[in-house]
Amino acid sequence: MVGKHYRRLLEQCKIRMDRFEKEYPAPREDFQALLKERGVSRRDFLKWTSFMTAALMLPPIFKPMVTRAAENFSRLPVVWLHFAECTGCSEAFLRSSYPNVDDILLETISLEYHETIMAAAGDQAEKCLEDCIHHFPGKYVCVIEGAIPQGLNGQFMRLGPKGETGVQIGKKVTSKAAATICIGSCAIWGGIPSARPNPTDAVGVSKALGISTVNIAGCPPNTVNFTGTLLYFIMFGAMPPLDGQGRPIWAYGKRVHDFCERRPHYDAGEFVEQWGDEGARRGWCLYKVGCKGPYTFANCPHLRFNDHISWPVMAGHGCIGCTESGFWDTMAPYEKPIHEATFGGGERTVDKIGTVLTVATVAGVAAHGVLSAMRHGRTDKKDGTTTGAGKE
Amino acid sequence: MAKRLVIDPITRIEGHLRIEVELDDTNTIRDAWSSITLWRGIETILKGRDPRDAGLIVQRFCGVCTYVHYEASIMACEDAFGVKPPPNARLIRNLTQGIWFLGDHIMHFYHLHGLDWVDIVSALKANPRSAVDLAKSVHPNPWNCSETHYKAVQDRLARFVKSGRLGPFANAYWGNPSYKLPPEANLVIASHYLDALQVSKTAAAAQAIFGGKNPHPQHLVVGGVTCVLDVLNPSRLGEFLYRSKEVNDFVERALIPDVVLAAKYYKDEGLAGVGGGVKNYLCVGGFPLDDEGKTFLFPRGFVKNRNLVKALPIDEAKITEEALHSWYQDDKPQHPYEGTTIPKYTGYDQEGRLKGNEKYTWCKAPRYEGEPCEVGPLARMIVGYAAGDKKIKALIEGTLKATGLPATALFSTLGRTAARAIETKLVGDQIETWVNELVANIKKGDVRTWTPCDVPKEGQGRGMTEPPRGSLSHWIRIKDHKIANYQAIVPSTWNCSPRDKSNKRGPYEESLIGTRLAKADQPLEILRTIHSFDPCMACAVHVIDPGGKIHQFRVA
Repeated sequence: MVGKHYRRLLEQCKIRMDRFEKEYPAPREDFQALLKERGVSRRDFLKWTSFMTAALMLPPIFKPMVTRAAENFSRLPVVWLHFAECTGCSEAFLRSSYPNVDDILLETISLEYHETIMAAAGDQAEKCLEDCIHHFPGKYVCVIEGAIPQGLNGQFMRLGPKGETGVQIGKKVTSKAAATICIGSCAIWGGIPSARPNPTDAVGVSKALGISTVNIAGCPPNTVNFTGTLLYFIMFGAMPPLDGQGRPIWAYGKRVHDFCERRPHYDAGEFVEQWGDEGARRGWCLYKVGCKGPYTFANCPHLRFNDHISWPVMAGHGCIGCTESGFWDTMAPYEKPIHEATFGGGERTVDKIGTVLTVATVAGVAAHGVLSAMRHGRTDKKDGTTTGAGKE
Repeated sequence: MAKRLVIDPITRIEGHLRIEVELDDTNTIRDAWSSITLWRGIETILKGRDPRDAGLIVQRFCGVCTYVHYEASIMACEDAFGVKPPPNARLIRNLTQGIWFLGDHIMHFYHLHGLDWVDIVSALKANPRSAVDLAKSVHPNPWNCSETHYKAVQDRLARFVKSGRLGPFANAYWGNPSYKLPPEANLVIASHYLDALQVSKTAAAAQAIFGGKNPHPQHLVVGGVTCVLDVLNPSRLGEFLYRSKEVNDFVERALIPDVVLAAKYYKDEGLAGVGGGVKNYLCVGGFPLDDEGKTFLFPRGFVKNRNLVKALPIDEAKITEEALHSWYQDDKPQHPYEGTTIPKYTGYDQEGRLKGNEKYTWCKAPRYEGEPCEVGPLARMIVGYAAGDKKIKALIEGTLKATGLPATALFSTLGRTAARAIETKLVGDQIETWVNELVANIKKGDVRTWTPCDVPKEGQGRGMTEPPRGSLSHWIRIKDHKIANYQAIVPSTWNCSPRDKSNKRGPYEESLIGTRLAKADQPLEILRTIHSFDPCMACAVHVIDPGGKIHQFRVA
């Protein structure tokens, strides 16, 4: 049984997709042909569609819509800006290979501006950016990687032929964008450059520009979370429901600790006491050597990285909580459990702390995330633009 | 009248780089300045933290040459803690570094550097059948080589061009006379450009088998590695080996032949020494082959003034950094352990250009014996050659023979690119040996992956390694079990260095002098030379001991 709510949503989605196909430029790539060229069978593609639909927390009736969004993926112009960053998020995106359909989607993405891969440089690169803003106002998605340093009036970072600061470029590009997606911790809340003592006074994009953003958290994030969010945007013209920190719930709604493959050992009280010990050779729980999985919301254990091959806990190292705000300070030291004093007592309370965090997140979701998605859906109808939902 | 050309952003690199050059009437470069335009101050952030956490933090210097700073930092701590990792850990580190060496060099040649040599639009004019013949002239069994495949690639590129939305290929320098490859060669390499995307993913996945993920693996700790489950699991080792062979196959059948192909058409530039740059080469030793750190796959040494027959031993006390032309206070040369640096930003001039005679970059100027040095693949191959390393000598001589070029052609942009391909093969051939060593060691019953250790109250240490882009050294001082001082001299700091007190230019700057641009408004030749160094800016900018509040420094 599909609820009334979803049937209405499906109608909205259809209207949006019709409009999207009419208003956006023709696809740059023939998606189905590429699938064939890469040897992705129809069956594999259907499997991926089911996976993605479920991952986005949508019922199966949306599967044809996910397919349609994938076919239209290369219509969406994307501008990718680099601020104070390490390019790890771009690299994660270039090296993603799971699931293989995502992989192809990311190859076909219409990147109008991306400094790491574009052929043009200097003035010619600048022209690519200006062309995109000019040709696709209110249509393109702006992806931002990296924090914005505010110290020295922002001049710790000056970019482009005119030597502009992050705030100047950021305002110019995001003001005409349909939505702004922050990829990685730095763009979201300042990340590594903002770690104590924050020498350049680096902050996230949302704070520096005073806009709301959709936050794909992680250092670097899992690319599937990025692709899924873009697909959702194509389908609904709005960003997916977000949690209190602007992270899509479909990707960041669950706690690492709760579906970690080492969880049974935690419950059985079997811990790695030091690196390379008997417990480590048996794959026991890493809590005592600093795993921050109990405080971290992300889908890493489920998706893993690089062709689903591994993830940090599988490699025997604890999670460092890289999807959580301020983790460079709050989760340190990374090889020790968070000090007992912080949360008032030992590992027995780990679950309690997790529950508190979950409740807080769910509360944030209920109060804000879902509503904001609907609200932005309406904004979309009114003036043809939506800035995406986020932390306020 | 000299004219100033500003190129910002330099794209297809990591980070934020500006190059300014002065051109004379013949469009020949007479002077050059390289400037890093972003400062993040990660070393400031490290102060007062647990030394064991430094590795994960400094890894975020850079997401392209991911892993290498992690390793260098862990090695610096091991030196300071006085602990030696067990043999299994050394091998795992060599394997994780080695496999990404392949992935990174492949990505660099095709995605970051390739478009400086290859004219994508010209590939549309190629005859796919002749392209097959051309590819077969440089390798008996070229990668993914068939008339139908080349035709499909052409169709895909044509669709791009027809749609008018070239994406990353837009507004580039297609048709510039400085592109010298025939359409067929452009098509062959362009087809590998597309294939390479898959291959570098395979390399990344192989690294993640031990590392947990890529970029930014998470499997090293001071004293060893954490991935004991994967080390002891034969199927994981098999998965690694399988993937590494696939990547190595691409190196053999695509990368090397493509570089040889390009060398044939860009031969004159190699002979003329275009992009040669400074004459000193440094290699701190990469891929330890024993547990004492005595022998390396890339031998340690210093070559002065392009002397191809003698590599001098390195004396670490002779390494200095100075900031006369960098946006920091304290202009005098300092040894990394003792350095104190405070940001002092003085901005651009009134026309928005670099103040070339004053401070003009966030990059400091490292020197060895007071000399600017090039680091990276070319330096490694030259040091290895001069030191008489048998494997390196054989590979270089073989390549020179295949292209018909003399050894002096190495000192050029083309030589730098060729050296990168040569060392990719050197590392690729070594990977299976390391896997076998690991297996033999485990069979002996040695399952150790970690040597117990703890943070000392006081201490200092350094970690040195040779990641894809060149010599890397991390220097740490510990006080009261916490980090008191931290500095990294990274490959791009050496190469992107500004002038020093004797007004000697850094390697990027020097390498541009004398290069002539075919079109003054298209900086293609500049990009080609700068990219041949594989610039990586985020890691080149750092600071030690800020000692003062930064926001109090005013913009001049």
